[in-house]
Amino acid sequence: MQLIYEQSVPGRRGVRLPASDVPPAAALPATLLRKERAGLAEVSELDLVRHFTNLSRRNFSVDTNFYPLGSCTMKYNAKVLENSAALFAPYHPMTALLPGGVALCQGTLGMLHDLGKMLADITGMDEVTTQPLAGAHGEMTGIMLIAAYHAARGNRAKKKYVVVPDSSHGTNPASAAIAGYEIITVPTAPYGDMDLELFKKAMNDEVAAVMMTCPNTLGLFNPHIKEISDIAHSHDALMYYDGANLNAIMGKVKPGDVGFDVVHVNLHKTFGTPHGGGGPGSGPVGVKKELIPFLPQPRIVMDGDGTFQLEVTNPGSIGRTANFFGNFGVMVKAYAYMIMLGREGLIQVSEQAVLNANYIKEKLKPYYDLPYDMTCMHECVFSASKQLAHGVHAIDIAKFLIDKGYHPPTVYFPMIVKEAIMIEPTETESKAVMDAFIEVMIEAALTAESNPQALHDAPLTMPISRLDETKAAREQNVCCAW
Amino acid sequence: MNDSHYCPHTPEEIQEMLSAIGVATVEELFAPIPAALRAKTLNLPPGMSEFETFSRMQAISGENRQGMINFIGGGFYDHIIPAAVDHLSGRAEFYTAYTPYQPECSQGTLQALFEYQTAICRLTGLDVSNASLYDGGTACAEAAMMALRVTGRNKIVVDGCVSPFSRQVLKTYLFNLDVEVVEIAPQNGLLNRAELTALLDESVAAVLVQNPNFFGSVEDFTALADQVHGAGALLIGSVYPIALGILKSPGETGIDIAVGDGQCLGNPLSFGGPSFGFIAAKKSFIRNMPGRIVGETVDRNGKRGYVLTLQAREQHIKRHKATSNICSNQGLCALRGLIFLSSVGKEGLAELAQLNRDKAEYAKAQLSAIPGVTVLQSAATFNEFTLSLPKKADDLVTGLLARGIAAGVPLGSYYAGAENCLVVTVTEKRTKKEIDLFVKELEVALCN
Amino acid sequence: MSIYFTKEHEWVKVEGSVGTVGISDHAAHELGDITFVELPKIGAVVTQFGVLGSIESVKAASDIFAPVSGKVVKVNDALEISPEVVNESAEAAGWMACVEIANASELQNLMTQEQYNDYLKTL
Repeated sequence: MQLIYEQSVPGRRGVRLPASDVPPAAALPATLLRKERAGLAEVSELDLVRHFTNLSRRNFSVDTNFYPLGSCTMKYNAKVLENSAALFAPYHPMTALLPGGVALCQGTLGMLHDLGKMLADITGMDEVTTQPLAGAHGEMTGIMLIAAYHAARGNRAKKKYVVVPDSSHGTNPASAAIAGYEIITVPTAPYGDMDLELFKKAMNDEVAAVMMTCPNTLGLFNPHIKEISDIAHSHDALMYYDGANLNAIMGKVKPGDVGFDVVHVNLHKTFGTPHGGGGPGSGPVGVKKELIPFLPQPRIVMDGDGTFQLEVTNPGSIGRTANFFGNFGVMVKAYAYMIMLGREGLIQVSEQAVLNANYIKEKLKPYYDLPYDMTCMHECVFSASKQLAHGVHAIDIAKFLIDKGYHPPTVYFPMIVKEAIMIEPTETESKAVMDAFIEVMIEAALTAESNPQALHDAPLTMPISRLDETKAAREQNVCCAW
Repeated sequence: MNDSHYCPHTPEEIQEMLSAIGVATVEELFAPIPAALRAKTLNLPPGMSEFETFSRMQAISGENRQGMINFIGGGFYDHIIPAAVDHLSGRAEFYTAYTPYQPECSQGTLQALFEYQTAICRLTGLDVSNASLYDGGTACAEAAMMALRVTGRNKIVVDGCVSPFSRQVLKTYLFNLDVEVVEIAPQNGLLNRAELTALLDESVAAVLVQNPNFFGSVEDFTALADQVHGAGALLIGSVYPIALGILKSPGETGIDIAVGDGQCLGNPLSFGGPSFGFIAAKKSFIRNMPGRIVGETVDRNGKRGYVLTLQAREQHIKRHKATSNICSNQGLCALRGLIFLSSVGKEGLAELAQLNRDKAEYAKAQLSAIPGVTVLQSAATFNEFTLSLPKKADDLVTGLLARGIAAGVPLGSYYAGAENCLVVTVTEKRTKKEIDLFVKELEVALCN
Repeated sequence: MSIYFTKEHEWVKVEGSVGTVGISDHAAHELGDITFVELPKIGAVVTQFGVLGSIESVKAASDIFAPVSGKVVKVNDALEISPEVVNESAEAAGWMACVEIANASELQNLMTQEQYNDYLKTL
């Protein structure tokens, strides 16, 4: 397909601007002006609409295809959430920061406060900040809160390390590094969780925090989690909960009840807001009361009379991790999702997410190696090791699925599973859809034995075949040259 | 009863699935969670229908004051959004997809992001752009961390005229690292260049400036770029994309890393988000860029296509040594930015920028004609300027809010001794009638 | 001339007081198509098993560790433009840097070709 710039014709316009109703201003000095216009596209509105509509048709999406991308919780995104967000489009964030401005923003501030309360209930925390803009941003904010907590107790220099399991998301160590910590990585035991004995050895009084995903990236709930928390706390280390997999446990177990001190929640995963082709997400962070004094500013607080105020001058705060109140539009959608589903609905979400994952796991177990064979939570991780014997890799199976109209599962993650295939169906998929997917996965396994070349050749039905990623990385052509 | 609106199974199907798994109840699947750890309560309210949900959201929205006339900016701007932006970014194939890990079935997102990167490069006059960051404030922080890596130095000098919010984000990001952040107090709404010269030693990794700055002043930083480079440091410029329709680009100025907030490009105010941050740089810094980057390549048949590239920089491969922790970005907002820029177009963006300046200059002349009211800066301005008022700006703003006018951002909370200063923003959406009304109301307020 | 290896798959060829350093054929094969090699600066002082540079492929990144301590006296600039040379000839044309060996006794901490071959069989 042509690039939009390749369709550009000088003089064409996509939209007409308002006419000026004021006199023209005196010209700015030439030293302040650009010499040439920025080389943007010049297209008609119809050109524009066709271009982007046709581009959109080159995507698989939840609305068009089953999208069992493990660890990403690609559930259906209800349409009423989009309509709800549009209601809030005109509100300027600075209004709330003007003197007397909070009185004009009671709806939006109140909603954020209420959302925080509901998230605190689900995660077992005492207060939530909605400022972090994505999951990794929440992790960074959370670890900074932990750093501030230790600093306030005179332990800033003493606390040097953050402990993560080797199955963790890459964002965990990357976020801890921005907060100034060195990383200790603990291997996974044959039972599919962080090795408890090695963890005990790794722990010492210089550890600031332990970051865990629970259920972990293998989709397994760690039965030793309370013991791990107790050990961490005995070393004055805090427990950080990566909420990427919260979809599995709503109403079943609260991170706060099993010893976690700080939690982030991915609203775009668990609470049904769309993933936007990469974002925006939203990563609110919940904390136990000991960490409230360090929360980012502005902090929304409720007065005795039920009105909402902004706390902007707390010297103990870590400051700001984003310009305003977070990805507000995303939070509107998550809030609408939560009040619509309600208590029973959210519990049912977790139950059926777990049911669906176990169903797929059982059905595919005869055909694919399941390195950790036990009851899973919301996702299951296979290995293509059986298929590897025929020269077929996880990536070949992924490309075969594309030809059959399925977005592939996550492959090659977690890194501790060789040739990993991580399947997360989510609760919104029907049995019929999953049965059809299971059939295709079986077909892929059989084809790996009978005709591996067919898998190497896939995909054949897409606008393009497999791409040369080495060429892209070596040439670094990241901008259209003209 | 099916409480969750979007769980499709019938009781019979659930039973079939449980049999296939070999358990009797769904509850058995939660057996790995020790009984002692199970949640005892969940106090959320009961659910409701879609219709009731939407009504509730309408009611909440209605608790905010409607129909304010906005003369406030401060990083978020009330600009036109062509109808096509909502419709095209509202294509579910775009908004219900995720990060394009599988390029063959994600060429829509990938090509759009490549076009977005191209738009950002052309707007900023720089060589490379990533596929978006979170917002303008975090983009400043990411740029500073990039400069620390590139230079191996440990000090960041920040012009106090940069948005106080972005400065605070930067300080929060760098607080736990072994880095010194030095701020230069503004001088009449401009960078204090003498103080910068005194600070510019071999420990400085980068200088961060903003153009137009928080006061609205427009400066030429070309000579500054030479001075900063002479000291072996990088110049980071936070810029306002609409203003780049006419103002000197970062590339022409000699800026090494340009950042900013893309809200003004087709994203609604939406109480502060989602918007997107952008970052563009000279080519030699590409391996130090944070976040996703899309690159062009070919498929097995030699056909042009797009992939995520240079992933070895990123957290999922390099973990704690990654150039950033960012994973999810603001892709859909960046797509809106691309559609906005492609709709307005090459000439249109310049005209839009000029229209902003014309309206602001008109407002500036009318407001400063009020007795006792002057303009703080002698420097040129774009669509924001700072008024010196004969009374406390806080009190005037509070009074005008009650009259339906958000008159501007008072500077007293952000700069010592600036209690009488007010930053006024005038975009293309403000009509002459609205400006005249504001002038009249301010005049009345000053008489009281 | 003799060659030694590290457990992290770097090699050093010793000629007089200078050691030429690179990564082994095995490591190059494991990384896949190499897209970037970050070389040290001439004059940099490296310590044994400390970071000398880094290497990237499409899906992986790893540090290159110095097999010996000393000062970097020469680097293979050609790799900056043609990193694929490491895939083609990791133990010859794909060399990365020459180090003036500060302490020859450190070579005792490394494996000989034979020992390295045996080590590879254990992986």
